[in-house]
Amino acid sequence: MNSKLIRTSLIAGTGVLGMIALSACGAADTGAGGDGKGAKKVTIAVPSWVGAQANAAVAAQLLEDELGVRVKQEQMDESVAFNALNSGKADAILEDWGGAPEKVKRYVDDKKTVVKGGGLGVTGHIGWFVPKYYADKNPEVLDYKNLNDFKDDFKTSESGGKGQFIGAAPSYTSYDKYLIKNHKLDYKILPTGSEAAQLKEIQRLYKAEKPFLTYWWDPQWMNSEIDMVEVKLPEYTEGCNEPKEKTECGYDTLMLQKYFNADFAKDGGDAAEFLKNFEWETEDQNEVAKMIKGDGMSPKNAAAKWIKDNEDTWKKWLPKK
Amino acid sequence: MSAAETLTKPESPPAAAPQPVSATGPGPLARLLNSPRGLLLTVTFLFVVVSAVVTGSGGWPGGLTYDVRAPLEDLNNWLIDNRTTHWIFLYFLLHISNAAETSVYSLVELFESLSWIGVTVMGTLIAWYAGGAGLRKRALRTAGTALGVFAACGMLGVWDRTMETLALMTVAVAAAGALGLLLGLAAGLSDICDRMLRPVFDTMQVMPAFAYLLPFVLLFDIGVPSALIATVIYAAPPMARLTSLGLRGADPAALEASASLGASPLQRLWTARLPLARKEMMLGLNQTIMMCLSMVVLASVVGAGGLGNEIYTALGQVDVGLALAAGIAIVLLAVLLDRTTAAAGEQLAETTEHSGGSGWAARLRGWPSWLGLAAVGGVLAAVGSRLAEREWPSAWIVNIADPVNSSIAWFEEHLGEGIPVVGGTLVWAENFTVWVLNPLRSGLNATPWWALLLLVAVLAWVAGRWRAALTATAAMAVAGALGLWTKSLDTLSQVLAGLLLTLLLGFLIGIVAARVERVERLLRPVLDTMQTMPQFVYLIPVIALFGVGRTAGIAAAVVFVLPAVVRITAQGIKQVDPAAVEAARSMGATSWQQLRQVQLPLARKALLVAVNQGVVLVLSMVVIAGMVGGGALGIDVIEGLSRGDLALGLPAGIAIVCLGLMLDRITQPGARTPDHR
Repeated sequence: MNSKLIRTSLIAGTGVLGMIALSACGAADTGAGGDGKGAKKVTIAVPSWVGAQANAAVAAQLLEDELGVRVKQEQMDESVAFNALNSGKADAILEDWGGAPEKVKRYVDDKKTVVKGGGLGVTGHIGWFVPKYYADKNPEVLDYKNLNDFKDDFKTSESGGKGQFIGAAPSYTSYDKYLIKNHKLDYKILPTGSEAAQLKEIQRLYKAEKPFLTYWWDPQWMNSEIDMVEVKLPEYTEGCNEPKEKTECGYDTLMLQKYFNADFAKDGGDAAEFLKNFEWETEDQNEVAKMIKGDGMSPKNAAAKWIKDNEDTWKKWLPKK
Repeated sequence: MSAAETLTKPESPPAAAPQPVSATGPGPLARLLNSPRGLLLTVTFLFVVVSAVVTGSGGWPGGLTYDVRAPLEDLNNWLIDNRTTHWIFLYFLLHISNAAETSVYSLVELFESLSWIGVTVMGTLIAWYAGGAGLRKRALRTAGTALGVFAACGMLGVWDRTMETLALMTVAVAAAGALGLLLGLAAGLSDICDRMLRPVFDTMQVMPAFAYLLPFVLLFDIGVPSALIATVIYAAPPMARLTSLGLRGADPAALEASASLGASPLQRLWTARLPLARKEMMLGLNQTIMMCLSMVVLASVVGAGGLGNEIYTALGQVDVGLALAAGIAIVLLAVLLDRTTAAAGEQLAETTEHSGGSGWAARLRGWPSWLGLAAVGGVLAAVGSRLAEREWPSAWIVNIADPVNSSIAWFEEHLGEGIPVVGGTLVWAENFTVWVLNPLRSGLNATPWWALLLLVAVLAWVAGRWRAALTATAAMAVAGALGLWTKSLDTLSQVLAGLLLTLLLGFLIGIVAARVERVERLLRPVLDTMQTMPQFVYLIPVIALFGVGRTAGIAAAVVFVLPAVVRITAQGIKQVDPAAVEAARSMGATSWQQLRQVQLPLARKALLVAVNQGVVLVLSMVVIAGMVGGGALGIDVIEGLSRGDLALGLPAGIAIVCLGLMLDRITQPGARTPDHR
C-alpha cells in the first residue's frame, strides 16, 4: 500500500530536484569584485565595543554628508569581519587590535584579498591590571614577580586553590595562558566568555572594593568610571611573542590598524580614499565614546556633535578635488 | 500566548493501569538488591567508586585519541581557497546563499517603501484576514494583537531593527516550515525514513548553532545566508516531528473509510491524512516559530543585523535596559507570528469542516481578497514613503532603558549579599560551587575512563537494554577520542547539576501548578516570557547576582529550562484520570498519598518527557553558559566561532551532541516514545 506512495513521492522529489538543478545552470554571482568606478555604497564592519562604534559612526556620517556614499554598518567580531573583507561582504575594518594574526597572514599576505589601510591614529594598550584601592594598600603587587605572594587575596571558589585571573573574551588578543605558565605564576584564568561578562564582573567587584587581577585595555569607555593600575610585565620587544607558546613578555602598545577589501581599496574611489585618510586621536575617539556610553546619546547624534566641533580634523580626510 | 501548549505533548495519555503499590514491602535497599538489575547497578557503582578511590585520577589515554585538528584545518583552508572558483559553489551553494539574501533584502526593501504607517496597516490587515476577516471576534482579536505589536515596537525605539528581524524571520519560518513539512512527510509515511531521520533531528537540535555557524560562514558567506540556514536547521525538527506524529496518529477508521471509497494513496494523503494531522502540524509550526526567534541574537553574531544587533551592542555597554527593549520586541514578534498563524490554522479548520474535506482548495478560492490585499500593499508601497517618514517618529518613543536599569541596579545591590539568615545570591553561588559543582567535577575526573564507560553502559542497559548501552558508551567514547574527555566531564558535571536543580524546582512548581488553578494562571505569562526572552538579555543581571563562573551559567540555564519542565509536569499530572484520584480519595487517602501513590506514578510518562526536555534544553545552554564563565566545551565553541577556527569549535560541538545522546539514552527507559521532544 505504501510502495505506490513512496514511488510517487520519489518521482515528485526527482522533479523538484531537477528543477533546482536546471535553475542552477548559470554560475552564481560570487559577491566578490568591485564595479570599477568608485563605490556608491560602503559596508563597515563594526565590533560590539563602543570605541569601534564611535569610529564607524563618524566615518559613516561624513561619507554620507560630504561624499554622498551610502554606508551600511554591520556588527561583526574581528575574526568574522576578516572573512567578510575577504569575500567582499564588508569593505572596511576601522579598528583592528591584531587579534586575528592567522587571518591577516592568510588573507593579507597569502591571498592578497585584504589590504592594509594604515593606522587609525588611536593607540591601543593591553595589560594586566588591579584596582587602585588594592594597589595603594599593596604596592608590591604591581610587579609580576611578586604576584604569587598575593594569590590568596585573589582566590575564589572557581580558581581551585590558585589565584584567579579574570581572562579576556575569546576573540581578543591574549597570551595570558602562556605568560602564567612561563613565569610559573600560581594563577588560574577565569574564562569570561564575553566582554559583557568581564565588564560586569569588574564593575561588581569594584563596587564591593574586592581585590581582583584582570586582563584590561585602553581605550575603553569604562576607564572613566573605574580606576585601575597596571601590573608591570617584562617589556615587549619585537617578536618576543612568537611563537605564542614561548611568550614571556608583556603586550605591545600598538597603533590600531585599518583593513580594506582589496577591490574596494583599488576601485573604491573617493570613499576608499576618505577611509584611508581617516585618522584621529585617542582623545577624539574617547570623546565620542563617552557621549554614546556616558551620556546615552545615539552613535549618530554623538558623531554629528563631534563633526560640528572638529571641522579642522576631518577636513583633512576629504579626498583632494 | 499559545507557547503555553508548545512544549506540552499532544500525545501521551498516561498508561491506564495503576501500578500496584505495596504499603508493606521490603525496605528500598533490600528491594534494590533483590532485582538483578538493581544488583548489577549497585555492584557497578561500588566498582566505580572503588576504582576512583584506588587510582585517583581519570583522563583519557593519549593513544586512543584521534587528531581531527589537521583534517579540519585543511578543510577550512580548502573552503577559503575555492569559494569563488569551485563548481560546487558556483553552481549550487552560492545560488542558495544568493536566494536567501535576495528574499530577505527584498522584504526589507518592501517594508522600507511601505513606511511605518504602511507596514502597520498591512500587518494589521493580514492578521485580520488570517483571523477570518469580517467582524468576528477572532479576526478582531488577531488584528488588534498585530496593531499592538507594531505600535509597541515603534514606541520602544527599535522600529528599523524590528523590520529587519521581521523580514529575516518571515523567510526563516517559511523555509523551516516547508523543510519540516517535507521531512515530516517522509518520516510519517515511511518507517525507514523515520528511523533514519530521528538521529538527524536529534543532532540538529542538540548541536549548538555556534558550532556549525562557522562552517556555514565559510560555505554560504557572512550575514543573512548563514544566519538563515542555521536558523532553519535548528527550527525545522519540531515541525517535522509533529507532522510525522500527526500522520502516524491518524485514526485508522477514517483512513479505512477513505480507502474503501477508492481513494488513491495520494488522494488519501491529501484529503484524509493531512487534514487529520492538522492539529499537530499547527503545534509544530508554533514550535518552529519560537525556535526561529530564539536564533535572532545568534544571527547578529555573523552580521545579519536586526534586533539581535541591538542586544549584542547593548551587552558591550552593560546596558540591560537597552537590551531589554530589543528583547521585548523579539517576544512581541513571536506573539505576532504565533497568533496570526494560529488564527489562520483555526480558520482553515473551520472552512474544512464546513466544506467537507476540500477546504484547502476552498481557501484558495478566496483569491479576490488576496488580490485586494496585494492591491492595498502596492498602493501603500508606492505612496507610503510620501505619507510619512520612513522611520517611526522619534517623538513617540518611550525610553524604558533608564527606569529598567535603575530598578535592576536596586535588585543587584540588595539581593547579592548581606541578607540576614538566607545570605544572598552571591553567597548561594559560592556554596553551590564549593559543595556541589567542585565535588561533582573532581569526582568525575578522579574516576578512570574505563570505569566511567562501564557505568554509562550499565545505566543505559538498565534503562533501555543493549542497544541503548551501545549508543551511550559509543557517544562517550567519541568525546574521549576527540581529545575532549576532561572538558566533556567538566561540562557534564555542570549539566548534571543544572538538570537536577531544574527538575527539582520544575517538578515542585509543576505539582503546585497542577493542583492550584490560580497559581497556574499567575505563572503562565511569567513562563512565556522566560522562554521567549533571548537569554542574552538576562546574562548581565545573572552575572551581577551570581558572579562570573559556572554557577552563573547554571542559573541562566535554569531560567531558560524551567518553563518547559513546569508545563509538562503540570500537564501530565492534570491529565491523570480523575476517576483514579477520586477512587483513592474515597478510600481515605490523604492529599499527599493521592499525589505520591496515584498521580505521580500515573504521570510517569509525562515526567519522563520533562526529564528529556530538561536534558536537551540544558545542553542547548552550554554555549550560553560559556559566555558567562562556564568554560569547558562551551568556551571552545564560542572561541571557535569568534576566532574563525573550525578545528576548535566543531569537535566541541560534536562532544556536546555526544553528551546529549548519552544522557538521553540513560534517562529514557524502556521502549522509546514515538516522539519525545
